[in-house]
Amino acid sequence: MREIYLDNNATTKVDERVFEEMRPYFCELYGNPSSMHFFGGQVQKKVDEARARVASLLGALPDEIVFTACGTESDNAAIRSALEVFPEKRHIITSRVEHPAVLTQCRNLSKRGYRVTELNVDGNGQLDLAELEKLVDEDTAIVSLMYANNETGVIFPIEEAAKIVKKKGALFHTDAVQAVGKIPLNMADSAIDMLSLSGHKLHAPKGVGVLYVRRGTPFRPMLVGGHQERGRRAGTENTASIIAMGKACQLAEQYMADEAGRVREMRDRLERELTALIPNTRINGGGTERLPNTLSIAMEFVEGEGILLLLSEKGICASSGSACTSGSLEPSHVLRAMGVPFTCAHGSIRFSLSRFTTDDDINAVIEALPPIISRLRAMSPFGREFLNK
Amino acid sequence: MWDYTDKVKEHFLNPRNVGEITDADAVGEVGSLACGDALKLFIKLDENKERIVDAKFQTFGCGSAIASSSALTEMVKGKTLDEALEITNQQIADFLGGLPEEKMHCSVMGQEALEVAIAKYRGVEAPAHGHGHDHVETEGELVCKCFGLTDVFLKKVIASNKLTTAEQVTHFTKAGGACGGCIPKIKELIAEVMGEEKKAAAEKPTKLTNLRKMQLIQETLENEVRPQLWADGGDLELIDIDGSNVQVAFRKACAGCASSGYTAKFVEQKLRELVSPDITVQEVQG
Repeated sequence: MREIYLDNNATTKVDERVFEEMRPYFCELYGNPSSMHFFGGQVQKKVDEARARVASLLGALPDEIVFTACGTESDNAAIRSALEVFPEKRHIITSRVEHPAVLTQCRNLSKRGYRVTELNVDGNGQLDLAELEKLVDEDTAIVSLMYANNETGVIFPIEEAAKIVKKKGALFHTDAVQAVGKIPLNMADSAIDMLSLSGHKLHAPKGVGVLYVRRGTPFRPMLVGGHQERGRRAGTENTASIIAMGKACQLAEQYMADEAGRVREMRDRLERELTALIPNTRINGGGTERLPNTLSIAMEFVEGEGILLLLSEKGICASSGSACTSGSLEPSHVLRAMGVPFTCAHGSIRFSLSRFTTDDDINAVIEALPPIISRLRAMSPFGREFLNK
Repeated sequence: MWDYTDKVKEHFLNPRNVGEITDADAVGEVGSLACGDALKLFIKLDENKERIVDAKFQTFGCGSAIASSSALTEMVKGKTLDEALEITNQQIADFLGGLPEEKMHCSVMGQEALEVAIAKYRGVEAPAHGHGHDHVETEGELVCKCFGLTDVFLKKVIASNKLTTAEQVTHFTKAGGACGGCIPKIKELIAEVMGEEKKAAAEKPTKLTNLRKMQLIQETLENEVRPQLWADGGDLELIDIDGSNVQVAFRKACAGCASSGYTAKFVEQKLRELVSPDITVQEVQG
């Protein structure tokens, strides 16, 4: 059975060119970049090259790049740093639709006495900047808002948000894990103080991330010990993965146009065809700007896990906003925050494309999904009046 | 991905008895769209109205909900109503070669639907479980408001499945799986059903040494009092402890606040409650 992988917002295939770039740094060039001898020095040079490549993709300076273990670490480090930098400030602002790497940390901090404000989103999953402006105050240490949502692909107006926050003297962080490599970012011309990204979302391996920290931004490290990363993240560098990250960022820069063009066209065709073939659907976040690779489609009166299992039988890998796939009992917090009705939220499926997605992959979904939905609806006690449409 | 048995997969991919019986003798409906799963069970009896000759289902739900419904319809065929009522949710799960614990509520839903169908057929009060979809009268106290589950139903599931933790109760019934507000009550029900006596509230030592008293005061201020003041933008600092007299200075929003007298009273009340009833709190400029 051919594998049709459309779950790229969960993780991506390591690009073979990335893998080739990192391969020598396991068994041959295994030196420690902190060592004084030539053997470590050659690895240091390659880590520096990776740093420059990441910086180039972000329009940043190499010394603004801090390598971490993952996007979650980057998010955690940014928020914790801000609270240490401003010990007298006890207010954090985030949104209700953040990734758990931010949301869980903020909710834990609220139990420790911090005041946490979670901004609402509208039916399209979009932020209200006027609400942000009203809520950020002198007690606000940091505002952390995602660049693009992992479930719906909805892009927040992050630059405008950052400007509002900077005027009030708080730090601004964005979790850009889903945005980097898909849409152009330029830190040189930005008000963002800190930005997180993750390697495995852009065809580098799992276990490497980056925290961009604007030059001059006060920063307190979460991991202390060695002097690595200019004292901002102690611990021997995960060199092979860092080198892979550099190559992945170089390729992402090259493929950005593909993402904006070919990938978007495939996503739009998938959306158009599925909406035409399956009655009672809605596109989550369809009324606002979205990432070019993400389609979150809600189908009434069916439950997501059943859809995913039947798609999986056809070799199609996707993801769901359903509660049952996660073991939790409520559907996705993102869809709930958007006010997606329960009739739809349980039956939401996310397809996320990549540079490796082909027209044949899209055709396979267009062929497979409509009969799956018909079959599950025929089994469902709800919405029977729509069966014959 | 869930670790489903081959039999669960088989019953999900090729469910038996899907559909409805238009002239059914008994129909039981549980669950709702909001809950994320629902089952409508149809039963047809023989002409003597003794044995079940046919059963069909309509299910909205995940793979194991569909497989459990399919299993249930297979299990009830040929049984009398009394024999069918003997089927437990564990037997439904066993029929499928087991279900992940997080999915056991799917088997419970099957058992519930069967009970509702038979009760309605017999014209007796349907058993209490909530799952408002059926609009049946429920007895007992509503425990889980999110999923509409009563103490009578929860106690029954706890007892029949020998559940010992709130997490298990959530896996089997969904109770506590949304806002989590009912989890303390679920723990009480487990204690009641499993015959555990409620743990007596930790008794404070009858006589605290000075050292222990000072430690307890500091711990209470750090863990119980300051976080609450932080939440309002305030803070306090412990200045001195002299016997039972605790001196504190208010900081940030609490400093100079017109209500600091009330705040001092709150601090005193907390310390009296958690350390010793003779404590007095005095606000000083530190």
